[in-house]
Amino acid sequence: MISTVYAVLFYLATILLVVGVGMRVWKYATTPVPLNIVVSPAPRTKRGVVFRMFREVIFFESLFKSNKWIWIFAYLFHWGMLIVLLRHLRYFTLNTWWWVEIISPIGRLMAFAMLAGLLGLWARRVLQERIRYISNPSDHLMLALLVGIAASGALMSYVTHTDIIMVKAYMLGLLRFRIGDMPTDPILMVHLGLVALLMIIFPISKLLHVPGVFFAPSRTLVDNAREKRRVSKWARNLPPLPEGIPANEEA
Amino acid sequence: MAPLDDKKDVPMFSDYPQQIPKIECGASLDTDTFKAYPEHNEALGFPGELLPNWKEVAIAKMGELAKKNRAFQVYLDACVKCGACTDKCQYFLGTSDPKNMPVARQDLLRSVYRRYFTFAGKYFPWLVGARDLTKEVLDEWYTYYHQCSQCRRCAVACPYGIDTAEISMAAREILDSVGVGQKYCNEIIAKLKKTGNNLGLNPKALRATLEDMEEDLLDETGVEVKIPLDVKGADILLITPSADFFAEPHIEGLMGYAKVFHSAGVSWTLSSYASEAANFGMFIGSYENMREVSWRIRQAAKDLGVKRIIFGECGHAWRVAYSFLNTLAGPFDFLDQNYPIPQHILEFTLDEIESGRLKIDKSRNDEHVVTFHDSCNVARGSAMGDKEGGQFDVPRAVLKAVCNNFHDMERDTIRENTFCCGGGGGLLTDDLMDLRIKGAKPRMTALKQVADEHGVNKMVAICAICKTQFAKVMPKYGFDMDTIQSAHQLVANAVILDGQETEDDAE
Repeated sequence: MISTVYAVLFYLATILLVVGVGMRVWKYATTPVPLNIVVSPAPRTKRGVVFRMFREVIFFESLFKSNKWIWIFAYLFHWGMLIVLLRHLRYFTLNTWWWVEIISPIGRLMAFAMLAGLLGLWARRVLQERIRYISNPSDHLMLALLVGIAASGALMSYVTHTDIIMVKAYMLGLLRFRIGDMPTDPILMVHLGLVALLMIIFPISKLLHVPGVFFAPSRTLVDNAREKRRVSKWARNLPPLPEGIPANEEA
Repeated sequence: MAPLDDKKDVPMFSDYPQQIPKIECGASLDTDTFKAYPEHNEALGFPGELLPNWKEVAIAKMGELAKKNRAFQVYLDACVKCGACTDKCQYFLGTSDPKNMPVARQDLLRSVYRRYFTFAGKYFPWLVGARDLTKEVLDEWYTYYHQCSQCRRCAVACPYGIDTAEISMAAREILDSVGVGQKYCNEIIAKLKKTGNNLGLNPKALRATLEDMEEDLLDETGVEVKIPLDVKGADILLITPSADFFAEPHIEGLMGYAKVFHSAGVSWTLSSYASEAANFGMFIGSYENMREVSWRIRQAAKDLGVKRIIFGECGHAWRVAYSFLNTLAGPFDFLDQNYPIPQHILEFTLDEIESGRLKIDKSRNDEHVVTFHDSCNVARGSAMGDKEGGQFDVPRAVLKAVCNNFHDMERDTIRENTFCCGGGGGLLTDDLMDLRIKGAKPRMTALKQVADEHGVNKMVAICAICKTQFAKVMPKYGFDMDTIQSAHQLVANAVILDGQETEDDAE
């Protein structure tokens, strides 16, 4: 029964995540950029922009320059999460890939990097008056959700192990549209439930910063405005302006 | 300049330029700018007064902008409220009002967007800080979106490049579309549409002003330096802010361009039809108005049959010229393609200096210890030359070529991190004087640092708004009004024209 509920939940969450983010990305990609609004320091070539975005996504360059504390916590959290996620691939592949084996021991530790980053960000959100001022309940709940996921995961790694072989069999089954049995440890159920919730709210929350960062015209445009015109479709349909100087205005 | 020691009791400086104040809710709530009269709004194609169905119109406009402008859509969605921008705005640093923190300023509009356009905001408004659009909210928009100079300092700081200027422009566009315009911007655009410049200066008055300047130049140099107007068949059309015709230190800049052109031996002209570089259409976020203002430049260039267009020192003008003009009024296939279209006067001057055609005596600026205020819209919204960062390096190269004493201000206050002067983006109006003084605080503090350390006594800006703003605000901080200088003022000091009588000759 519980296995079926979670199976339905995960199928639903996956559909919502993929379709929701897909629709959002489609919307971003098809919305025109009527003017070149790239912000300095702006590269003059496409290669330069790729390099700029690489630095933004890999190093969080702008954040590093603008706020060291937020950068440290955000960096710990995001990279911790990435490695933890990659480690989780072992539960979704029949034979664990060699590089997943290699990162697995680090992946286990990275739960703490994730938690440290999240708690640091949360502390700032509570203690720093400027950030407290701009925070909504959803901003706190998002952190709570991620802390819940990371903490329940770490608990299973370090304190009360679940039957991980059984979890893996269940997940492999889901990938093949077969609903097997999953362990009914409360911590596992909390962990998976929160993950499904995160997947569901992804496309309707600030987690849209993930696709959004790749569509921000201020960073993704090439500084070539003098050479390249960009007239968007709606601008092309504006009424034409009169040619020539009206006689009464001539000097 | 008055020695700064005498001004130690000036209470307004911060300890250092980016000093962050404790937040003070509502500190800037009463700072309101005058609203436009119906005739100003109507001249721009907006309703004269607040529409009876303003709420529906405003929400529809918001939806329309999200469809027409990717930046608006992505920026409303992507913010994670990390707080990295909260200490970057000069108006927050100067006023302590938390609604002047960039993210809070965006949220004034984002909260409404969420309420009407997102799942979470429609069904769980309290969770995501979504709120209904009410008259109070509309008033709040008017107040705080007119405390943003659209300088984009926050966009550099944001991990996603969220640009508050885009949100602020959209907000003003929405306000205009329901009949709530700002007097300063809308009156000026209306004036430009009538006369060709923001001042409402007619061709006759303009010609007389230019003739006065020619006389001044003759008196000073003994050389007949011309400032031509409406000369058909000239090679170069100079588009310069109308402030260059009447305000100090702007005029000195215009006379500087004239000297450079004279010395270069090129034929050039101003246009009375397009006698304004500034494009206030950008301030109000109106693509249509910005396009219409830009169009005049194209028409003037065609009518006069020029081969090149060069822009004078004007920050927002240069952003529109460099980044938007080609899109709004192009293609400029009728101009000489061997030159940048358009070109900045500093690019032209640097070419003349580097080629050795311009005769320079740097020592004539020896009494000046100079620093450079990167004008925000040039620094973050445009470029110069053909190398990345040219908008920072070209002006400095020119300044270092014409004077011996140059010191930059603190790195976090210049180049892409430069502060706005405090008067940009449609705020350069007397009814916002209090805000302008407070907004200038970080820059004034950075200037004081180099004044104390290196004896800097001149700050150069390449923007008409910066120059006017600083000329007005500097005295409040204990600096002389003429501490602010045009770049071409220093060029003009150092240039020696052929046949010019110099002091050496006199001896």
